[in-house]
Amino acid sequence: MQPLTTRVKQVDRRPMNLLEKIYLPAILKGLSITFSHIFKKNPTISYPEKTRPFSPVFRGLHILNRDEEGRENCTACGLCAVACPAEAITMEAAERKPGEENLYREEKYAARYEINMLRCIFCGLCEEACPKDAIYLSETFAPANYNRKGFIYGKTDLLIPDPVSEPEAFAAARGSRVKRTTNN
Amino acid sequence: MLLTVDLALIIEKLALIVVVVMSSLVVAMYTTFAERKVAAVLQDRSGPNRAGPFGLLQPLADGLKLFFKEEIIPNFSSKFLFILGPSLAMLTAMMTGAVIPWGDKVHFFGRDISLQIADINIGILYVFGVVSMGVYGIMIGSWASNNKYSLMGGLRAASQIISYELAMGIALIALLMVTGTLSLKTMVNQQLDSYWNVVKQPLGFFIFLICVFAECNRTPFDLPEAENELIGGYHTEYSSMKLGFYLFAEYINMFISSAVMASLFFGGYDIPLVNDAALLEKVGTNWMAAIHAGMLFVKIAFFLFLFMWVRWTLPRFRYDQLMRLGWKILIPLALFNMLLTGALILVKQNGWSF
Amino acid sequence: MSVTQLLFWFLSFLAIGGALMVVISRNPVHSILFLIITFFAISGHYILLNAQFLAIVNIIVYAGAIMVLFLFVVMLMNLNADTEPPHKSKYLLYGGTIAGASLMLVLVAAIKQSSGTIEFKTGNIGLINTLGKTLFTDYVFPFEISSVLFLSAMIGAVVISKKEA
Repeated sequence: MQPLTTRVKQVDRRPMNLLEKIYLPAILKGLSITFSHIFKKNPTISYPEKTRPFSPVFRGLHILNRDEEGRENCTACGLCAVACPAEAITMEAAERKPGEENLYREEKYAARYEINMLRCIFCGLCEEACPKDAIYLSETFAPANYNRKGFIYGKTDLLIPDPVSEPEAFAAARGSRVKRTTNN
Repeated sequence: MLLTVDLALIIEKLALIVVVVMSSLVVAMYTTFAERKVAAVLQDRSGPNRAGPFGLLQPLADGLKLFFKEEIIPNFSSKFLFILGPSLAMLTAMMTGAVIPWGDKVHFFGRDISLQIADINIGILYVFGVVSMGVYGIMIGSWASNNKYSLMGGLRAASQIISYELAMGIALIALLMVTGTLSLKTMVNQQLDSYWNVVKQPLGFFIFLICVFAECNRTPFDLPEAENELIGGYHTEYSSMKLGFYLFAEYINMFISSAVMASLFFGGYDIPLVNDAALLEKVGTNWMAAIHAGMLFVKIAFFLFLFMWVRWTLPRFRYDQLMRLGWKILIPLALFNMLLTGALILVKQNGWSF
Repeated sequence: MSVTQLLFWFLSFLAIGGALMVVISRNPVHSILFLIITFFAISGHYILLNAQFLAIVNIIVYAGAIMVLFLFVVMLMNLNADTEPPHKSKYLLYGGTIAGASLMLVLVAAIKQSSGTIEFKTGNIGLINTLGKTLFTDYVFPFEISSVLFLSAMIGAVVISKKEA
């Protein structure tokens, strides 16, 4: 019969000789193996103090983007909601009033924009669907919550900090995202 | 003299008892911690490191947790026996420390105080007697639980301890033939200026070591609490500090049996490669006692590490394998060792010629 | 009353009380536990007689091993009041009475025959050195005979356990 894999290892079924029957050499070998692990490096990362860096392609919590002047990019076109396979995104559009040009980049904007993080599968299709570079997935994950309601993230939770008024918070929220945005 | 009332003696012994009991409790506490740390290190993990610096307060936290757990006494069990079980286990674990010489003597208040609670002339047999009592703690507790898994655990513990006590006793007889005394103090003193007994009785020590593993219910002989077969073994029904007593008794047993092994085979408080009498001249009685006790603790620590090291290396025996090892391998081996020792002693007494 | 006397009375009370409770107790497991207490009290008496070796051997062999096996059997068979036959045979009662009376007679005769009193803390027959010497010089023959007896008992046990196979 053709072996299914090349890693087949034949089991030795010969009767044990005396040295093997005493078992002591095997026990000593086992002991030395465990002892050698004392000198091995411990791979544990003590979490709250130290964190592992996320990969640049990690898809975590969504962030609604602003442009350099601090205006919201989103035009409530609904493409992200259409693209979403888990139907986690809900939005309501509104028209920009005169005098709100410094808040919203285009004439139409999302008055309500909600993502249900319990439904979201963090596939990143919304990010790909967005023509305005208004939504992207950050390198954090949704924190735990006691209520289901707490997992429905509104605009206040999702919007990135204003780059004009709070540049540090904005830079922190962008993180390594800058690298990714340059090539699209 | 026996039963003569001497107030100073009573105070002195009482103080010694308190010190020994407290230190064995503290050592047992930190052995639980060390067990987890050693397990972690052997498995490339960190182990408990949250409570206090390096997790040193972890045993306190564990104890506190056990104290605050709900006490559950099963409805159909005999309440008195249910409580007696863990108490007996703890009591017998503590009692063994009485005959172990923790050091030579100290000099306080113009009195020479021996660092051994009781130097009785049957020393090592006393240890055996108390150890054979230890099984009652487990058996009574398991029966009083009114649970078949507990009972199975208890029966396993009883048969295992009785089986391995035999091989242990026979291995010890060979040692007693060499030393010619039952008193642990005399044995340690014999080893002070000559070879350790392990040189004279390597096979005997080996059998004794295996039997101690079995007596302490340590892996690979921890069948009484084989959790994949018996839920929790004999302490299935126990909760709160009564469970804590059972767990604690195991660690105290480990500590005491390490001390016994060190005293019997590894020179007790003897400092290797050092002339004790010359050192005594230099540092004085009290410092010498401190050094001696420290040395004994180093040896005990080594054995405790060995217990843990083996635990995290070897898997558990099957029950028939356990019994076969005890009855068909260790006892004949111990008998052979006894005969060999006897023959060698005879040869030596006759000046290597007949 | 000296401490030794006090201990003697306490141990005697414990031994006799424990022995009575072995008989009276309804639960066989409790009976065995009382029997263990009795053994301990007897070991205490041995220590009072300066026979420490006998005391500890009594504990190791009887309380430590044989009683564990008793406990083993009783626990496995799960004996209790329900499994007892409701009416015991009348002959058993008579037989028991006669046997008890005969034992009493023997005991009384033995006590009358005994030579005077035994001093506490004196004598060293129970110490391991003297006991060993006595056993291997004066009583070598009975000692060896009893070892043959033990051997035959061991062989018997093996034969019984092998019967099925």
